[in-house]
Amino acid sequence: MKDNAVLRVVTKIIVPVILVFSLYVQFHGDYGPGGGFQAGVIFAAGFILYALVFGVEAIERVFSAATLRIMTALGLLLFAGVGFWSLIGGERYLDYDAFAQEPLVGQHVGIFLVELGVGITVAAVMITVFVAFAGRTSD
Amino acid sequence: MIREHLPVLQVVLPLVAAPLCLLLMRSVWAWLLAFIVSLAALVISIVLLREVYAGEVLSYAIGGWAAPWGIEYRVDAVNAFILIIVTAISVVALMFAKTSVAQEVAGDKQGLFYTAWLLCLTGLLGIAVTGDAFNLFVFLEISSLSSYVLIGLGQDRRALTASFQYLVMGTIGATFILIGIGLLYMVTGTLNMMDLAARLAVLGDSRTVQTALAFLTVGIGLKLALFPLHLWLPNAYTYAPSAVTVFLAATATKVAVYMLLRFLFQVFDASFTFGAMPLGGFLAVLAAVGILSTSTVSIFQDNIKRMLAYSSVAQVGYMVLGISLVSSAGLTAALLHLFNHALMKGTLFLALGCVAYRLGSVRLGAIAGLGQRMPWTMAAFLVGALSLIGIPLTAGFVSKWYLILAAVERGWWPLVVVVIAGSLLAIIYVWRVVEMAYLRPPPEKLSVTEAPLSLLVPTWLLAGANVYFGVDTQFSVGMARQAAALLTGSSG
Repeated sequence: MKDNAVLRVVTKIIVPVILVFSLYVQFHGDYGPGGGFQAGVIFAAGFILYALVFGVEAIERVFSAATLRIMTALGLLLFAGVGFWSLIGGERYLDYDAFAQEPLVGQHVGIFLVELGVGITVAAVMITVFVAFAGRTSD
Repeated sequence: MIREHLPVLQVVLPLVAAPLCLLLMRSVWAWLLAFIVSLAALVISIVLLREVYAGEVLSYAIGGWAAPWGIEYRVDAVNAFILIIVTAISVVALMFAKTSVAQEVAGDKQGLFYTAWLLCLTGLLGIAVTGDAFNLFVFLEISSLSSYVLIGLGQDRRALTASFQYLVMGTIGATFILIGIGLLYMVTGTLNMMDLAARLAVLGDSRTVQTALAFLTVGIGLKLALFPLHLWLPNAYTYAPSAVTVFLAATATKVAVYMLLRFLFQVFDASFTFGAMPLGGFLAVLAAVGILSTSTVSIFQDNIKRMLAYSSVAQVGYMVLGISLVSSAGLTAALLHLFNHALMKGTLFLALGCVAYRLGSVRLGAIAGLGQRMPWTMAAFLVGALSLIGIPLTAGFVSKWYLILAAVERGWWPLVVVVIAGSLLAIIYVWRVVEMAYLRPPPEKLSVTEAPLSLLVPTWLLAGANVYFGVDTQFSVGMARQAAALLTGSSG
């Protein structure tokens, strides 16, 4: 699809918008509709659109297989790490009160980090699934 | 201080170890991490068991949100018993896995293999620990998805179709469970199991509640491989890597039995499940037909792994039979068989794993004369097989004895006949293996030697447990009895 000028130009314009929107969904998730899962999917969709037009190799320039694997693990570790931080703070697992003196601030920080973890893992897994299906054979 | 957090650590430790495993990738380190974490989980489950042994119930509010609003982790005698089975089997199977998996799974996939293993362990432990119905569904999916991966990593290309078949059936099962939970949420507005039970008792009978029970029973029946919903199981067990077969055969269906018990006896009231709804007779017939038919099918299998897989379906039948008796004695027998079956099938599949390691095949024709060439392996197989039949002084005898007593107590004599007929059929299919291994001469050019010690030690650990728990029944019967009392007590 690289030969189609309209697709090429529109994709180049639209991908940054998709990525920024995914960040908005990610970080505004505490206050409005959204959150890590949706943001991760939208973020991955931006890269997948780019790859559909310019080829799967384009993704590899940004996310190699190893990078994706590390991202997948890091997101989950961030989520679980928040839980352990609560334990260290003397609270129950995933009790965000441990993150600040003020409980309300603690809740914001805690859910922010958890959703960030979700977003990273979801985006990485979505891209991994796409790359696996799009025909790359070697790992 | 750490003691109060044990219910959550039980689940979260393997969960955190899984991504670490993914980062390690190097197979030896990944194995070591998985093994150490399994060992830690076993220690945690032992401590938990000691705490709830006196009849205490541990409750843990995740995130500090009190039940029924937040997710509650709840450990009592029933799930402490399940936790110890799952973690102990995971430790033994991982001991075995190091050598076995190195041969059966490609080197670059081994890190992923142990990641999936830890996730599966997380899911199984989570199902057991959680007191929240939706959380249970989430853990069910974690354990199911990772077990599809584990099965798909088998050497045989048919492992992929087996895994896909399981995926389709398992997803249908999980969806049914979700629909059931959704319907319950619709009528009660709560997801906490204890709260569900309290509210359902007040609400009484309705079409929605009946439908919820039906969906949950069928959904769990699929995960349980209850006849006739067992079709995914034989292929999945046959083509999975040896260590995975051991792990899943000894834990996955057991956890499903636990789910069935929790829903039938605690979330719903036993008087509703077995009184207003005719589930008792229904389950008894399915279990009896399942025991007889799958035991018969086992006799005609050429692949020993597949033979034992069909036998597993029959063994699940015994457990469901105990449940369908709806008595304290019946539940004790079901829980006891759950424990003992984990031991015997674990031993048998471990011994087969040793055979597969040396011969590369577990076909009946390939093992001629193996009793002479691999005496220790085949002896362990024999111990497991005797336990499977239910010979006195083995664990299998104890649970069948209790099952027969429970059936007699209810006066259901046909079920006694079914249990004995099932054992006789087991003698036939086991005898085919024994005859081939011990009474046929080995082929001239067959030059196999005994399996390495790293495989024999875990195998004999479980074989020894079969004999130990066949003689000293204090722990197993005591635990099963206490769990049964808890389940029937709250439903009375």
